[in-house]
Amino acid sequence: MTIPTELLSKIDDVITHYPVSKRSAVLPLLHLLQHHFGYITDEGITWVAAKLELEPMQVMEVVTFYPGFRQAAPGKFHIRVCRTLSCAMAGSFELMDNLCQLTGIDRSHTDHHHSIAVSPDGKFSIEFAECLASCGTAPVCMFNDDFFEGVSADKAKALVADYGSK
Amino acid sequence: MIQYKPGKEPHPKEHRLIFKNVDRVDWDTSIERFLKEGGYEQLKTALKMEKKAIIEEVKTSGLRGRGGAGFPTGVKWTFIPPNNTKPVYLICNADESEPGTFKDRYIIYQDPHQLLEGMTISCFAVGANTAYIYIREEFPEGAQILEKAIAEAKAKGFLGNNILGSGFTLDIYVHRGAGAYICGEETGLIESLEGKRPYPRIKPPYFPAALGLYMCPTIVNNVESLCHVKHIIQMGGAEYARLGTPRNNGTRILCVSGDVVRPGYYEVQVGKVTMGEVINDLCGGLKQGRKLKAVIPGGSSAKVLRADERFNLKQPDGTMKEIGIEDIPMDFDTIAACGSMAGSGGVIIMDDTRDMAWVLNNLNNFYAHESCGQCTPCREGSLWMKKISDRIVAGEATPEDVAQLETIAYQIDGKTICAFGEASAWPTESFVAKFRDELITHTSTKKRGQIFNPVTKVAAAGLKKQPA
Repeated sequence: MTIPTELLSKIDDVITHYPVSKRSAVLPLLHLLQHHFGYITDEGITWVAAKLELEPMQVMEVVTFYPGFRQAAPGKFHIRVCRTLSCAMAGSFELMDNLCQLTGIDRSHTDHHHSIAVSPDGKFSIEFAECLASCGTAPVCMFNDDFFEGVSADKAKALVADYGSK
Repeated sequence: MIQYKPGKEPHPKEHRLIFKNVDRVDWDTSIERFLKEGGYEQLKTALKMEKKAIIEEVKTSGLRGRGGAGFPTGVKWTFIPPNNTKPVYLICNADESEPGTFKDRYIIYQDPHQLLEGMTISCFAVGANTAYIYIREEFPEGAQILEKAIAEAKAKGFLGNNILGSGFTLDIYVHRGAGAYICGEETGLIESLEGKRPYPRIKPPYFPAALGLYMCPTIVNNVESLCHVKHIIQMGGAEYARLGTPRNNGTRILCVSGDVVRPGYYEVQVGKVTMGEVINDLCGGLKQGRKLKAVIPGGSSAKVLRADERFNLKQPDGTMKEIGIEDIPMDFDTIAACGSMAGSGGVIIMDDTRDMAWVLNNLNNFYAHESCGQCTPCREGSLWMKKISDRIVAGEATPEDVAQLETIAYQIDGKTICAFGEASAWPTESFVAKFRDELITHTSTKKRGQIFNPVTKVAAAGLKKQPA
């Protein structure tokens, strides 16, 4: 695992935000690694632990707890569809089916511990997320860091076409 | 005269303080724009005040926390031990994750400097020199907006060393969560900020103001609460307290979602509008031809209210008065007296097309997913409730399962380290109590004695786990 200089300087900078305890930087470091590599590898866990003078277990327990950290590669564009009540009432399950169909993703092999499904071409991956906090504009979803509200069937189609061409 | 974007104009029944700049024409998140509107003026005022005087103003204002519990903010601040010699921290809880709530998103995305100013005043009042904004991971752009705003404020001398020559130093850092609902619980949040799993801490101490981040006094306040502090300094505590109704002061943002014509955010004086006004006026009523069935008044954990319920409430003069759901004023105390809570202000409206078993199942799936797993009643109970409600929705349950569901809920409530136990149990307790007959219609006595194998069901649903 090679950490580019630019990423390393970001990592060193973020550690300074926690002058009392370097351990506090576990989440920010994992975010930076995940953003760069797409997911968290075992090597990444060991690296973060060494960097923050922790046991790898102390990093591992964080990675496995939070739904926001992935231990398997997502697609180039990772889609998160809000599953919770207001979005579900506005059709987020239909949106999920729709997006799966548009991207050719088969979600039948997902479960609680392996919630992400990837499209055959590796372009997209998808998972349900719990409440994305935009209940007033339901249903909502995210493509990587981009957020979309009121996602109708037409809008979903346009989004997949748009990101598919990127 | 403030101009709002077309279609985004505030309703005449709204009273906008916090959301004054949301959806404005010619508004952006830059500090220049904020300064043109008198930005950071209240910080200047506050820095010249005695710290105690600021806390007194906030106490006088009667501001109650907008995150869920409704605890008086000023009182919370006084829980820092008077003989404290350790550093004090302030954490802004921007982990907005209560289903049905979406107010903090708009403050962060559209008016970040309002939050920073409120935070800086609050930090000065409680004597904190380091503050963190714990923002949920699902707001990646929000985190960037805040980081940019912090850099701008620092460049102008509103943050950093010796702020505006007052000798007060403050650094604010943005800390991103990673998608866990439990981080909204303040001690769980602190554990998360310490780089651990966010297992809520055992109480007492009941407030992290005694022992919090790195075992130092820590104040954790909601985004909206901190923004109110700015307005309290501007208006004065007593003047602010005139907004709203007694004991329920100020304004608050109601986030309405579900089956209404215009879902969205509405900032109103607390208790000055009723549930009926929220549904029929602010939100333009229900969709055509539909009837109101149920309302969750304060985020998904709040107990559901049935449309035809009658509430017998004690009036200030001691008499009793019976009211219906549409007459409930949207304040903390009345909603509590009706057996639910105003919580985080997330109002979810359900009409007669909604199947309550399905709604409850959706919520139970949420709580089973989000239980941190620390306390057995919650970890196991929330999963049991999910499985039983899965069964009810699948038509595989017996009538006894409904009673069982209720029993489990009451075994979680009050038996856990944090309030997540109640949060996960209240939906089930209230849905079963109020929609028992409807839940029972999904069940069948023919299912008695039959083994419902969730593993087979999971396999049937095409998931990879196979029966052993």
